Amino acid sequence: MKLTIQVNEGPYQHQSSDTAYHFARAALEKGHEIFRIFFYHDGVNNGTRLTTPPQDDRNIVTRWSELAQAHNIDMVLCVAAAQRRGLVDEGEAQRNGKDATNIAAGFRISGLGQLIEGGVQSDRLIVFGD
Amino acid sequence: MSEETKKMMYINRKAPYGTIYAWESLEVVLIGAAFEQDVSLAFMDDGVFQLTKGQDTKGIGMKNFSPTYSALGDYEVNKIYVEKESLEERGLTLDDLQHLVWEDEDEDYAEKDSIRLVSRAELADVLAGQDVLFNF
Repeated sequence: MKLTIQVNEGPYQHQSSDTAYHFARAALEKGHEIFRIFFYHDGVNNGTRLTTPPQDDRNIVTRWSELAQAHNIDMVLCVAAAQRRGLVDEGEAQRNGKDATNIAAGFRISGLGQLIEGGVQSDRLIVFGD
Repeated sequence: MSEETKKMMYINRKAPYGTIYAWESLEVVLIGAAFEQDVSLAFMDDGVFQLTKGQDTKGIGMKNFSPTYSALGDYEVNKIYVEKESLEERGLTLDDLQHLVWEDEDEDYAEKDSIRLVSRAELADVLAGQDVLFNF
């Protein structure tokens, strides 16, 4: 089955990005295809490479990056949500005159159309969040 | 973009300003309108407060986005389900909500109501008939 996963909550504060990650891995292991993982609301905070959790805790951001790399998954941060919350890639830094970037490997910033397209193109859209 | 048309429903369950879900849901609806899908909205639980008229956000220093709902008709978003029990549980009636309308171009642009008041059981049937649910 072709799946799009939407993650609506930030890391560590809320379990839903953990649950989404474990769901994604389980789905891949069962042979399902992940068309896209779309991060919205505070979920965009899953995509900052500047996070530094304690060494005895899971690194949620790195875990996403490794999953994306291992399975060639398209992981998208919503641009409007990212701008509000300070998630920046090279293009956004140039467009908005910011002095730094923080996007982690495997993520890209794009529009809400990517979420709608995920809903249209996939057999299931699965939402993680409150 | 796919030529396939799906029945897509946006479910709104939260009050408008306590969290950003309501506003960022509306942003998805406005962007999604360009995709020419069969779109409907549902307002239930505290989400019914999103549609109340006379919202004044000056005291909390936040943008009052409630006028945007009246533009949905122009985006051909004209199926707006409001759950009756959620209104009643909060002491609200339809009169407390904005009067949302759309123009039917097949009937000489006659103005029609967008809001459909439905019971919890009726809304459950509407949900069951959807292809994609966006839950906010």
